[in-house]
Amino acid sequence: MDKNYLDTVRNSKPTQFGILLVLFFALYHLVPHNDGNYFWRLPSLLKGIPLAINNVIFSALYDWFPLKVWDPIFEMYEEKAAFREFTKAVSQGLLFLITFVRELLLGGDKIIDVFVSDAWLKENDWLSWPALPWTAGAVGAFILGYQLNGIRLGLLGGIGAVYIAIFGNWVPSIQTLSFVLITTPICFVLGLSFGIWGYLDKKVETALQPVLNVMQTMPQFAYLVPIIALFGLGDHAGSIATIIIATPPMIRNTILGLKRISPEVVEAGLMSGCTKSQLLFKVLIPTARRDILNGVNTVIMQCLAMVVIASFVGAKGLGLNLKIALNSLKIGKAAEAGLCIVIIAVILDRFTKAWANKPVDYFENLTLFQRHRSLVIFATAILVFSIIAFIANGYFDKINYLYIIPLEKGLTIAHYIDAGVDWVWDTFFYTLNTFNKFLLTQVLGPMKKAYLGMPVISTFTLAMGVAYIVGGLRTGLIVGGMLLFIALSEYWDRALITMYMATFAVLMASLNGIIVGSIFSQTERGSRFILSVCDFFETFPSFVYLIPVIFLFNITDTSVLIAAIIYATVPATRYTVWGLKSVPLSLHEAGTMSGVSRMQRWTNIEIPIAFPTIMLGVNQTVVFSLQMVILGALIGTEDLGQIIFGALSRTKDGAGVALTLGVFVSLIAISVDVIVRKWAEDRKKALGLL
Amino acid sequence: MSPTISCTSVYKIFGDNAQKLLSENKGKVDAAKFQEAGCIVGVNDASFDVNKGEMLVVMGLSGSGKSTLLRCISRLTEATAGKILVDGEDICLMNNKQLIELRREKMGMVFQNFALLPHKTVLENIAFPLQVKGVTTDNSIQKALEMVELVGLKGRENYFPRELSGGQQQRVGIARSLAVEPDIWFLDEPFSALDPLIRKEMQDEFLRLQSVLNKTIMFVTHDFDEALRLADRIAIMKDGIIEQLDKPDNIVLNPATDYVKRFTEDVPREKVLKIESIMDGVDPNASSDFAISKNEIIETVAEKILNSKEIIKVTDENSNIVGSINPSKVIKVLFGG
Repeated sequence: MDKNYLDTVRNSKPTQFGILLVLFFALYHLVPHNDGNYFWRLPSLLKGIPLAINNVIFSALYDWFPLKVWDPIFEMYEEKAAFREFTKAVSQGLLFLITFVRELLLGGDKIIDVFVSDAWLKENDWLSWPALPWTAGAVGAFILGYQLNGIRLGLLGGIGAVYIAIFGNWVPSIQTLSFVLITTPICFVLGLSFGIWGYLDKKVETALQPVLNVMQTMPQFAYLVPIIALFGLGDHAGSIATIIIATPPMIRNTILGLKRISPEVVEAGLMSGCTKSQLLFKVLIPTARRDILNGVNTVIMQCLAMVVIASFVGAKGLGLNLKIALNSLKIGKAAEAGLCIVIIAVILDRFTKAWANKPVDYFENLTLFQRHRSLVIFATAILVFSIIAFIANGYFDKINYLYIIPLEKGLTIAHYIDAGVDWVWDTFFYTLNTFNKFLLTQVLGPMKKAYLGMPVISTFTLAMGVAYIVGGLRTGLIVGGMLLFIALSEYWDRALITMYMATFAVLMASLNGIIVGSIFSQTERGSRFILSVCDFFETFPSFVYLIPVIFLFNITDTSVLIAAIIYATVPATRYTVWGLKSVPLSLHEAGTMSGVSRMQRWTNIEIPIAFPTIMLGVNQTVVFSLQMVILGALIGTEDLGQIIFGALSRTKDGAGVALTLGVFVSLIAISVDVIVRKWAEDRKKALGLL
Repeated sequence: MSPTISCTSVYKIFGDNAQKLLSENKGKVDAAKFQEAGCIVGVNDASFDVNKGEMLVVMGLSGSGKSTLLRCISRLTEATAGKILVDGEDICLMNNKQLIELRREKMGMVFQNFALLPHKTVLENIAFPLQVKGVTTDNSIQKALEMVELVGLKGRENYFPRELSGGQQQRVGIARSLAVEPDIWFLDEPFSALDPLIRKEMQDEFLRLQSVLNKTIMFVTHDFDEALRLADRIAIMKDGIIEQLDKPDNIVLNPATDYVKRFTEDVPREKVLKIESIMDGVDPNASSDFAISKNEIIETVAEKILNSKEIIKVTDENSNIVGSINPSKVIKVLFGG
């Protein structure tokens, strides 16, 4: 072969991809499918890992660093592991805080019980903190919203609260809210501290990056079993699961915000003679205020997205109700609980955003009353409504509707929803079923079979080959290494099923997103509209998407995939709009003056320039799809998610299995991320966009 | 009197093994060679003094190392080697506490993009250096109000930076840098981000302030005209090296290198040169109607000289006659040839 020809191959990526594909299919067909063949499946050398992890957890809990602890009941010293005492203390502390907020709003005597003896409390059964009447709660929400951003936000808060109350969801909603109110500040403090640490110390940031990557791509389910092992069941366990999920984005936002500060501002601080702490607290953090508060917003959204999952480890509230309703296929009830979560999510989202963007007025000349007017009004409202509610005790027989409307007495439209669902079912059963069957037998079935029939050698050739072509030898080896870890476990087939579902969802979602995004971003108004639609959908906690689809397509791969596609279309659309909007105006004008048609503009100018950004969106759809596919285990699939979910009932090695498989899922996501990000970066550089 | 700022062989070289390379080459720095070794030369062997009350303008194009030099002297970056004395004390040897003390008492700095704190009002921004120093709120706000008046922003005390124009923002930046009444004033391209008309206005304002305050100033700019307009002395930098450091008229008359010459070629001489630089010896035939100071810029007295059509006496600060000026010399400066 002559040298020029070799050079062409070396420099032409399409040729390289072509050769790779030929190689892939050749291997696919040539490698025999039998168990002893290592080209077909690798031996499960890493089988022991889950059990090893479990052993570590249990030794940590029961053996390491024994402490002498005084046992007041047996009046003797006992040996207890330090770690166990630590997790116990954390659990009790969290539980106390959550219960405290909960009782403050809903009334009760558990907190009082902590400070006095049981017997004394029993004698004085009048001693119980009164519930906050829901009417006062609604007024509070209105005043807060009004203070933050005027009458419209006030009405959103007030009406939302009234809806929740009269539909009987007040108690679970407040339970959920108290959970959010305790978890968010903890995530905030942790996220801010780690973020600042990462900003100040480059080494820490480098160390944090991979950890955050894994934490953010790990399916939420994977944390549950280890948490149960370490902290037991209850609201605090749910809170800890949520903290693990919600802190990484806070850390990232903090680092991002601090890094975005112009170096001149830092220098101005230094030249003003700031000490290190003055620079941090008076210059850096206030300047990065907006990004940090956006981080808080993300944390709150994550908390709400976690409520159903947290209910698996014993968190009470709307999530638990929703889970119970889903388990017994009561779609109407599930939808109502889901709607309440969405309402709380939307209210908290708008409130925190308004708070983040609210300018601080330092020089208002106000009297004491004016400054605290809303507080005074709120206090008055609580007093007035409490008195009314108290007086009404005489009027109502058993249940005082002015305090709390219980779930079974609240208004409900559940049976209408159920009826509507039945109607859809009856009317479209044939169509839906045909579609479902077609999809399962003609598309999904064959696709799944093709994935499962893929010899391990050809999977590796394809993945590492793509990584090598895009990012060079290093990237190829990184991707190969991550996949090898999965291939050497006994769960490779399950991982292939997860990959097949994710691939399908990503393809469909990206296609949808690019089309929808392109159509709407033709006009300024359209793109603003579609972005706000994306915002709206993003406030939906992920499992809410599962409610309608289960019902329409039963418990099949179709339901999970459709939920995943809808869920993952959001980031694909958003990034497409961003990408198209980032096309410089001068290029549009140049195009217009060259006389392009609308279609030509799209294919020749917009898409090529926007494509790197769109690919970053596709990257996000991978993470979203995987999350939903794994979440699909909730309604039954047979991939990695099912085993992670099943680990909840495995006593011997549950924690280890869940963690290992969680890491597998996150490795799949990170492999894609490594390739796509590298490609997008190179492409942006080539286009001169960076 | 010893100079306020005194630099001796200051180097700033970016890169991991800068220190080692520098000592290996015994201070002889060749930018190209260093770049091969993965180092970028910011400042290369800078030695100069700035006297009390003097304004030194450091002029150079982007990447010439002028801002880096300024940051070495304010120790926002650490110089790789060399001695930087401020009022006789080597600031490179100062610990963090002494450094903070120095900045709180003696230094003020203005930045190209204003670098105002977005969450603070005009007044709070100006009071900020005082507050970090521990001055009470009342006193710092009082002082800040004086500063607001000094820079002509009265009535806008409670505005946020985002509500101000670029020129107004830089006035806040100037006020902030002056709030602690520093002896030394650093300005890093303070007017470069402004529109030409505003820039001219701000230069006038700056000259007015300096005539009142009389600080020791290091002023960085990439604009040669600006340098000529403001400077007592100009240092022209290229690739980290100070090509020439001299009074404006000397630079225009005797550019030291070809590089400097390229800047000076298009400069209208009459706007830079003083009578002193074109006068002849004392001439007994000179007209006795009036005399001209040797320190006048040619442009400002050209009309007067040309109208008289005679040789005119030139005097010094004490009205002693030190020379004479022939109108033909002025015509030569104005119209060349």
